[in-house]
Amino acid sequence: MSAEHVEPAASHRLEAQGLVLAYGDRPVVDDLSVAIPDGRITVVVGANGCGKSTLLRGMARLVTPVRGAVLLDGKSVHRTPSKEVARVLGLLPQAPVAPEGITVTDLVGRGRYPHQGWFRHWTAADDEAVARALEATGTTELADRRIEDMSGGQRQRVWIAMALAQETDVLLLDEPTTYLDLAHQIEVLDLLTDLNRQRGTTIVVVMHDLNLACRYADHVIAMTDGAVTAQGAPRAVVTPELVQRVFGIASVVVDDPLSGTPTVVPVGRHHCAASA
Amino acid sequence: MTTFAPAARGTLAARVGTPSVRRVRRHARTRTATVCVGLVVALAVASGVALSLGDYPLPLAELLATLTGQGTTASNFIVLGLRLPRVLTGILVGACFGLSGTTFQCLLRNPLASPDIIGISYGASAGGVLAILLLGWSGLLVSGAALGGALLAATLIYAVAYRGGLSGYRFVLVGVGVSALMVAVVNYLMTRAEVFEAQAALVWLTGSLNGASAGQLRTLALACLVLVPLLLLAGRTLLVLQLGDDVAASVGLRVEAARLAVIALAVVLAAVATAAAGPVGFVAFVAGPVAKRLTGGSGPSLVPAALVGALVVVVSDVAGQHLLPFQLPVGVVTAAVGAPYLLYLLIRSNRAGVGG
Repeated sequence: MSAEHVEPAASHRLEAQGLVLAYGDRPVVDDLSVAIPDGRITVVVGANGCGKSTLLRGMARLVTPVRGAVLLDGKSVHRTPSKEVARVLGLLPQAPVAPEGITVTDLVGRGRYPHQGWFRHWTAADDEAVARALEATGTTELADRRIEDMSGGQRQRVWIAMALAQETDVLLLDEPTTYLDLAHQIEVLDLLTDLNRQRGTTIVVVMHDLNLACRYADHVIAMTDGAVTAQGAPRAVVTPELVQRVFGIASVVVDDPLSGTPTVVPVGRHHCAASA
Repeated sequence: MTTFAPAARGTLAARVGTPSVRRVRRHARTRTATVCVGLVVALAVASGVALSLGDYPLPLAELLATLTGQGTTASNFIVLGLRLPRVLTGILVGACFGLSGTTFQCLLRNPLASPDIIGISYGASAGGVLAILLLGWSGLLVSGAALGGALLAATLIYAVAYRGGLSGYRFVLVGVGVSALMVAVVNYLMTRAEVFEAQAALVWLTGSLNGASAGQLRTLALACLVLVPLLLLAGRTLLVLQLGDDVAASVGLRVEAARLAVIALAVVLAAVATAAAGPVGFVAFVAGPVAKRLTGGSGPSLVPAALVGALVVVVSDVAGQHLLPFQLPVGVVTAAVGAPYLLYLLIRSNRAGVGG
């Protein structure tokens, strides 16, 4: 995949320092430090329950750290006014639920919240931002449709449009492809790549499909038990040893015939004669 | 798949795309405005009917003359002294219940989560009855006790239902329990009361505009003057809260603080209305959904819901006073209309398997 990155309009540094996140007494992310590369696509992978979603939620200040900090341009996101952070850093949570009867334009428009004040309500700039977000996600023609009448893929594009209308330079997405079929997964990941290349948006995605992660990521962060096991370019990081350590399964790593990125072929107890 | 328009071409893309966004938004705004105008006209007509009907019926011309200050002594007394306070109290009580109900329903994303179902209104009743029967209070003190009762009920529900977040379903279940508890308190106090005291306290059980007076109206109007603008200002916050805690926090809302503030406003509105006319059942419950059906929107439709609430109370009161050979308190009429809707909702949500 040839690099044709545009320098981001404004570069923002997002990093975690000695971050400890817990639900109750149980630490889910334990003393984790990581820096997200600017203007790149970072994919966080790991087994179920390894803390990858929690890390993302912590970075988007949905979970308050027990210790450590999440820094955006050197300032703790938990100590910065919420709207100020929301103008730079956006998060699309896992499986959000839209209110009954809401139209696409209405939902996407609500992403403009951090740009509005108590008395300064809707402006032409908001209209334009919503129009751009709809166009970017190919949902312009759905503008007056209701969310509940749409397919899963269309819905996910509308939610991404809402996050885009927020116009942040850093966008975090928690499993945006999980409930989608293959074609829609590719569609969403292509859309995120467009966004990254044309606008320089820093993107962090949590996802399960290791092969798509390798294809679309500039940077992979692999997590085990709330800590970073390895990170770097997919080609440098994703090896059978790493897959064994992170997912606890033997595998063969081959090249993706289209992108040349690593493709993990897992070894099971059946149908795997060639691997022996 | 459409590609993203880069910043340089953004203006062109925006020029092509904007009209459609504007058109959709304008369409929604026009419809809401039309609905509001229609509701105001309907409310004016209903109020006119309420002012002219009665033991001393007034033709329209005489009614208008009286309202513009050219009435006779008799018509002045009947319209301005007796009927107008009753109608205005009805309008304000209905608007408060409508606003409070639609706020709760949007916030908790559950049509059952209205103050008359989850025990906020009955909390106010319990406070009021306790003040009258046990403490011998009257006037503003009773209203204060009603407010205290409503806040106590809300705090109780919030404390029990809260589990590191708020689920609308849990809130409603706990609320129904608290509602039963508050009704039990009222009933217990009534059984121990003297007959004539119990008669005075009865309004706190069903809701009635019989006690409406100019003095009470002034208190209610003042409270509305403060609370309604605050709630309308919070409307945009409500739009974001409606998307769920995670999305709301992502777009920069301080979720817990915002939710507590909005709930507090809605509780006080319900309490103020209950203090003025008792727990007029189902008004808060039906106003929001009816307004939403009319506007076709998905937001809280605050102003239309307030107007629907006002209309429901005024029309129900006219029906209760004049439709049957005997008079009924307004709360009985609203309950007769609202209860079937509650059943319908329960049956529908059961069929859909959503459980509310």
